[in-house]
Amino acid sequence: MSSIEERVKKIVVEQLGVEEDQVTPDASFVDDLGADSLDTVELVMALEEEFDCEIPDEEAEKISTLAQAKAYIEANLDA
Amino acid sequence: MTKRRVVITGLGVLTPVGLNVGETWNNLLAGKSGIDYLTKFDTESFSVKFGGVLKGFEATDYIPAKETKKMDPFIHYGIAAGIQAFRDSGLEVTEENATRIGVSIGSGIGGIGSIETQHNTMLNGGPRRISPFFVPSAIINMISGNLSIMFGFKGPNMAIGTACATGTHSIGDAARMIQYGDADVMIAGGAEYATTELGLGGFAAARALSTRNDNPQAASRPWDKDRDGFVLSDGAGAVVLEEYEHAKARGAKIYAEVLGFGMSGDAYHMTLPAAGGEGAARCMVQALRNAQLDPSKINYINAHGTSTPAGDVCETMAVKSTFGDHAYKLAMSSTKSMTGHALGAAGAMEAVFTALAISEQKLPPTINLESPEEGCDLDYVANEARDAKVDFALSNSFGFGGTNASLVFGKI
Repeated sequence: MSSIEERVKKIVVEQLGVEEDQVTPDASFVDDLGADSLDTVELVMALEEEFDCEIPDEEAEKISTLAQAKAYIEANLDA
Repeated sequence: MTKRRVVITGLGVLTPVGLNVGETWNNLLAGKSGIDYLTKFDTESFSVKFGGVLKGFEATDYIPAKETKKMDPFIHYGIAAGIQAFRDSGLEVTEENATRIGVSIGSGIGGIGSIETQHNTMLNGGPRRISPFFVPSAIINMISGNLSIMFGFKGPNMAIGTACATGTHSIGDAARMIQYGDADVMIAGGAEYATTELGLGGFAAARALSTRNDNPQAASRPWDKDRDGFVLSDGAGAVVLEEYEHAKARGAKIYAEVLGFGMSGDAYHMTLPAAGGEGAARCMVQALRNAQLDPSKINYINAHGTSTPAGDVCETMAVKSTFGDHAYKLAMSSTKSMTGHALGAAGAMEAVFTALAISEQKLPPTINLESPEEGCDLDYVANEARDAKVDFALSNSFGFGGTNASLVFGKI
């Protein structure tokens, strides 16, 4: 079983079309990985699908890096 | 004010017989059909099991992989045709000319496949599962939008949706924008991805399609006695239109001049052509008048010629009433006999073929024409391409709703 970080990273790579080594814990999806507002919506949808959960919009807005995504999932889910 | 002249300096096309201009044109001259059984979904319960698709097309040849998944295939096809045409023209976008270059590439239906997929997603997972890219992947003006973003074309940016006349209206309208001074260069055309379950099922329900399931390659047979409807296809076509002095100054290769554009409405029926091709005839007359050309000058017509029982007869009657005795001296062929009917892309694909007929002095044939329908007694370039003197040519497109468009091109 992959770690949460690995699973999130895989989704970021797929959704944003970036290389794995670009997805460092604190790389910003928007500023560093080239995502626009629609990309981030789709990214959160992909996370919801992967971890079988629903991330409220106000929480989703706070997720802008791999580390933040990982922290949210660890805090809210028993994935 | 003297009318600014408009010429064609770039061509792009993707059809069931080829993914670029050279391959498509060679296959048309060889009389090859691009029609085959559809394999993208199970056609078992469909009354029609075949169509024309873009075999081997890879969107990533034209668009970054990350972007391709945000676009319906009709957008991929339109962008590809636009890129081919723009590259062919040799033009470069600069700070000085960017605002003088526009795009108008439309579609008959737009992202019907994306609508089907996202509707299923919503039914299965609720509205929260709808992709944020659904709307921009499905709406008709997103070929023009995406091309402008990719290349920096800052001139007029729009898309026409007039069913099967879209490509022809787009080119005629864009030429007028150049004549009027809104732009110096326009990339114009049409694109379609309609061979989806709902697309095929919908046109089959309207009884518009051929059901010749035992021989798909023989299904598109314009003017033949045994025709029984059109063949649904995918594809795209685009031309670069350029103001004549602008093209001449940079020594551009000119395929043909856009001399005339005609439009009309049938005011008759949602799907049937007006009796006797009355609306189509008025459309051709308008185009010839706009070109200030005597009808007897036309050497070749690329017909709408969809292979429907009513349409083919009406177009023949319209040509006879427009051209009189000259109807028997000109040649008219339907390249849809090979490409099938790509709806909003058809007129643009056929504008490319009409420009090539002029620049190459060759006529593509109408294949599968074995036994002409009664009253269909014109020279349809049956089954064999041939060399010909083509100084002036006309291309027709007619759409559901009774919308008609004709273009007149001339040798330069």
